[in-house]
Amino acid sequence: MTLLFQLLVNGLIVGALYGVVAMSFVLIYKASRIVNFAQGEFLLIGAWTCWWLLTSWQLPFWIGFPITLVFMLIFGVVLQVVVLRPMIGEPIISVIMVTIGLSIVFQAAMKWMFGVFAKPFPQIFASPTMDIFGLQVQTVYVVSLAISILIMAGFGWFFKYSRLGLAMRATAFDQQVAQSLGISVRQMFAMSWAISAMVSAVAGVTVGVVNGVSSALSFFGIKVFPAVILGGLDSVIGAVLGGLIVGVLENLAHYLDSQWLNWGNMYEIAPFYVLIAILMVKPYGLFGTKDIERV
Amino acid sequence: MANVSIIPSGDFKTSYGTDTTIFPTVTSRNFAILGVVLLLACPAFLDRYWLSLLIQIGYLGIAALGLNILVGFTGQISIGHSAFFGFGAFASAWLSNRWGIPVVLAIPLAGVMTTAIGLVFGMPAARLKGLYLAIATLAAQYILQDFFARADWFTGGTNGMIAEPLTLFGFAFDTDERYFYVVLVAMVIMYLLGTNLMRTRDGRALVAVRDHYLSAEIMGINLTKYRTMSFGISAFYAGIGGALYAHYLQFVSVEGFTIVFSIQFLGMIIIGGLGSIMGTLMGTAFMVLLPEVMQMASKLVSGTAIDAALNLKDNIAFLREMSVGLVIILFLVFEPDGLAHRWKQIKAYWKLYPFSH
Repeated sequence: MTLLFQLLVNGLIVGALYGVVAMSFVLIYKASRIVNFAQGEFLLIGAWTCWWLLTSWQLPFWIGFPITLVFMLIFGVVLQVVVLRPMIGEPIISVIMVTIGLSIVFQAAMKWMFGVFAKPFPQIFASPTMDIFGLQVQTVYVVSLAISILIMAGFGWFFKYSRLGLAMRATAFDQQVAQSLGISVRQMFAMSWAISAMVSAVAGVTVGVVNGVSSALSFFGIKVFPAVILGGLDSVIGAVLGGLIVGVLENLAHYLDSQWLNWGNMYEIAPFYVLIAILMVKPYGLFGTKDIERV
Repeated sequence: MANVSIIPSGDFKTSYGTDTTIFPTVTSRNFAILGVVLLLACPAFLDRYWLSLLIQIGYLGIAALGLNILVGFTGQISIGHSAFFGFGAFASAWLSNRWGIPVVLAIPLAGVMTTAIGLVFGMPAARLKGLYLAIATLAAQYILQDFFARADWFTGGTNGMIAEPLTLFGFAFDTDERYFYVVLVAMVIMYLLGTNLMRTRDGRALVAVRDHYLSAEIMGINLTKYRTMSFGISAFYAGIGGALYAHYLQFVSVEGFTIVFSIQFLGMIIIGGLGSIMGTLMGTAFMVLLPEVMQMASKLVSGTAIDAALNLKDNIAFLREMSVGLVIILFLVFEPDGLAHRWKQIKAYWKLYPFSH
């Protein structure tokens, strides 16, 4: 029973991270209708940058981390302007393939620069584990959960009250109307990529601190898809919920598997079965808006 | 007008028959036949290394054509093609090992089995489109990959599966020189089938679904049927390609059929040109030869400053990996219609030379 409970808690914590990544994925999709297959590589690049600053430059975490975020902000803008802007108006397959191509390039580049082996982050917290309700939980996990909730709340505030967030929502709703109201659609596209890259980097660093940094991090970008489909591609709240569900689900599947079924590898694969099942029943995800087409 | 050897400057077609010939002109047909004859002579003067590259282009080209029918002609997206390719490889090996079916029959049967799997995963495709479909095929990729690792009876698990060489009337096609002909014959058949498909009612229906599926539906084309069918056809081609691959290497391992391989397939058809049958072959050749060209380039610069700066000896693997992604991006940004389009432009330039404007 303790094992199950422990797994559920783990699932929630990892799920919250999935939720954060899914949210930044949905952000890009909503703003610019681009499915970003390189989302996982954003995590990877963020984590490696932070790792490099912390180890090679011996910066303390509270300086290195903000620098990483600034770097990711610039990185997101540059990426959008240089690679994605020429793709506006191209068919979906081209846009998807460009992001897939980016993900290959980034992954190879990261392996080239930092090697293929997982590297641990330097110690950041004084005590590695904490005691919560009798459960041994890694401090990083608790902090990451807090960070995830903070990011989600931040997103909520940003899109509800801030000027920029409202402008971005307007752009997502109708680009022409937004433009005629004086919103620079180009800037909004760039901003959405920048914010997405930044938020992903936060998740990347968190996972990196727990598991060490390696190219396995980019698998988060793939895991995001079940989460996003669960929630519907264009629903931010759906993305968060989807992330939580996927996190809990894969741990539950793992539990069932290790206790009774012994099939192995269910942890990785269960979300994909669920994904197919959901798409069979609800082709636009659980919370996605249904496309109504007029002839 | 039946015997035009060069394309006239206007469109003088007077019947539907002349508009849907396999080859646009007699010359192009003759060139195609000449190409095949030249290829027939290849094993006589090419060494084993180049032959192996040509064989690779052959079986990958067959699988890539399947993907092009799905993506380029029907406008569906699949990010799980290599899983079907792998399924075909295992199915053929399994049929010949477990049931003693001769390899010649096992290869088409493997194609049929893969078609069945393709139809299963194509079922969501009947209702989904665009991004949702892309993600569903991504799930198919991981599910099949997991199945390969799990199903010991089918794939041999981590040990992999031995595949018998192809034998016909006691003659074993077990060397590169001999197997080359097998692949060549299969490729010619599959490419002719593909070209022919596009001349039929079904083929035109697929294109109609791609161009405007609402109009297609209004004109009486059954969307569900054609979307699913397109998945089936694409899986069939992948299965045949995979089966040829299995009996060429005579060993199939579980690890090979990853998403990166699927992306390479997509790269081939994008580089070659979506919705172009000849382009598919060009794209495949490009993708297969790219690492070889890079290898040569790295040999050329070895010992120079570039070599020292990049540390090519250790990093060539990463560079190769990167080049695949980079080439895809560059093509999409600068030549979205692929090599087939470029080839057409070159032909047009020479046809109209010196008055090309």
